Amino acid sequence: MKILGSEITPYKTYLNRRKFIKGSLASAMLATVTSSAFANHDSDLSIYTKNLNENDKLNSYEEITTYNNFYEFGTHKKHPHLNSGNFKPRPWTIKIDGLVKKPQTFDLEKILSNVTIEDRVYRLRCVEAWSMVIPWQGFQLSELIKMAEPLSSAKYVQFVTVFRPEEMPGQQKRTIIWPYREGLRMDEAMNPLTILATGLYGHEMPNQNGAPIRLVVPWKYGFKSIKSIVEIRFLDTQPETSWETLAPWEYGFYANVNPNVNHPRWSQGTERRIGEFKRRETLMFNGYEEEVAHLYKDLDLTKFY
Amino acid sequence: MFSTRNFNRSKPVLFILILFPSLLWAYQFVTGNLGVNPIEKLMDELGLMALRLIIITLMITTLSNIRTLKSIVVLRRMIGLFAFYYVCLHFSTYIVLDHFLDIQFIIQDIIKRPFITFGFISFLFLIPLASTSTNNMIKRLGFKLWKKIHYLIYPVAILASMHFYVLVRADKTEPVIYMGIIILLLIHRIFKRLTRPQLAQ
Repeated sequence: MKILGSEITPYKTYLNRRKFIKGSLASAMLATVTSSAFANHDSDLSIYTKNLNENDKLNSYEEITTYNNFYEFGTHKKHPHLNSGNFKPRPWTIKIDGLVKKPQTFDLEKILSNVTIEDRVYRLRCVEAWSMVIPWQGFQLSELIKMAEPLSSAKYVQFVTVFRPEEMPGQQKRTIIWPYREGLRMDEAMNPLTILATGLYGHEMPNQNGAPIRLVVPWKYGFKSIKSIVEIRFLDTQPETSWETLAPWEYGFYANVNPNVNHPRWSQGTERRIGEFKRRETLMFNGYEEEVAHLYKDLDLTKFY
Repeated sequence: MFSTRNFNRSKPVLFILILFPSLLWAYQFVTGNLGVNPIEKLMDELGLMALRLIIITLMITTLSNIRTLKSIVVLRRMIGLFAFYYVCLHFSTYIVLDHFLDIQFIIQDIIKRPFITFGFISFLFLIPLASTSTNNMIKRLGFKLWKKIHYLIYPVAILASMHFYVLVRADKTEPVIYMGIIILLLIHRIFKRLTRPQLAQ
């Protein structure tokens, strides 16, 4: 895998860097200080220089890997960390089908040898009103889409998580309809902010965070960022997604972070940043308004939440 | 046969056992050992404890129908008051730690979010129960009126379990178990009333 190897930035170094990053110009962008071995920092910088604003601070590796939702390993936020030990993320293939020139199955290694792994520091806002700042390594989904060669009739992309109840104990219970499914509109999928992540903090993606490859869509609630993807399907109609199927009055297809759209369980106006005592205001599109607001200019966001 | 004395003797031990979790969580909270999201964790633990204690008070009433366990009812008040204690801690965690006394926001939250509405009403109903839980109050109100007031424990239990049920996103097993127990205990009471109405007087 590309981000592995002798030149990878050790986890400890990353932690030490946190002090350095803070208060320096580089705080806006982890990319400038990471090893060039696995990140091409010459790609479009402007996309993510503004992604980490002055008020943000990275969450620790421990926070990110011990507290998250991944129902395949259980419904409690400590379960993914506790129950994902038996999961085998290698070997891995991703099936590409639907409206493409030629349906095919890619070896993950083959995909990785054709893309550029970059650092992306993103805020992650869970629909449960907590949030984190996470340094991912990954590549733009658009790169894979180009490899997949979708037909012009493809308007949506659907993603499917692996189904392995013997390795994922949460799947032995019908809490949600397995396998987990998510989807994006084509223009959302092609947006430069949308990545497929294969690592975090310079580590290979931990099992509990969606090994070996997961989606990260930073302006949407966390449940859109589907983990452990085995299938990507191109469609001309809006695909069904897991949470929307389960409770359509609570979770929409778009699921854009939006402090103005009320949710029956959690106020979306504020959030608790993990590691902070007081709540903070939730930002429109999780603070990525400039990059993505144009995608929705003709959409009533209170209706299409 | 367990006598009233047996149960009264167990009270100090029970008192410490039920109080202990709150002290432990407070200590863990202050020392930063309540996990990655300590406020959420604290609120969840306190709320769950309160719900379990409410269910235990209902169980005690049912158990006291068994001849040999008749005296167990002497434990009910203490456990009921502890339920109120945990509800108060749960509610103040929400007000102070979670929302930092943002009263306007909290009022909106109570009105807009059904699960918080359920929890809040349940809390309100517990106040008259807790404040009439003295021998003196039973005397002043008369047993009949006092008993009527204490029927509020049924809506309290139902609302509290609904508060939990609605909060859970997908795997509703645990709240369903609690609701099931509450419903069974209620059915038992209704059945008893219908078959032996003189005992209910």
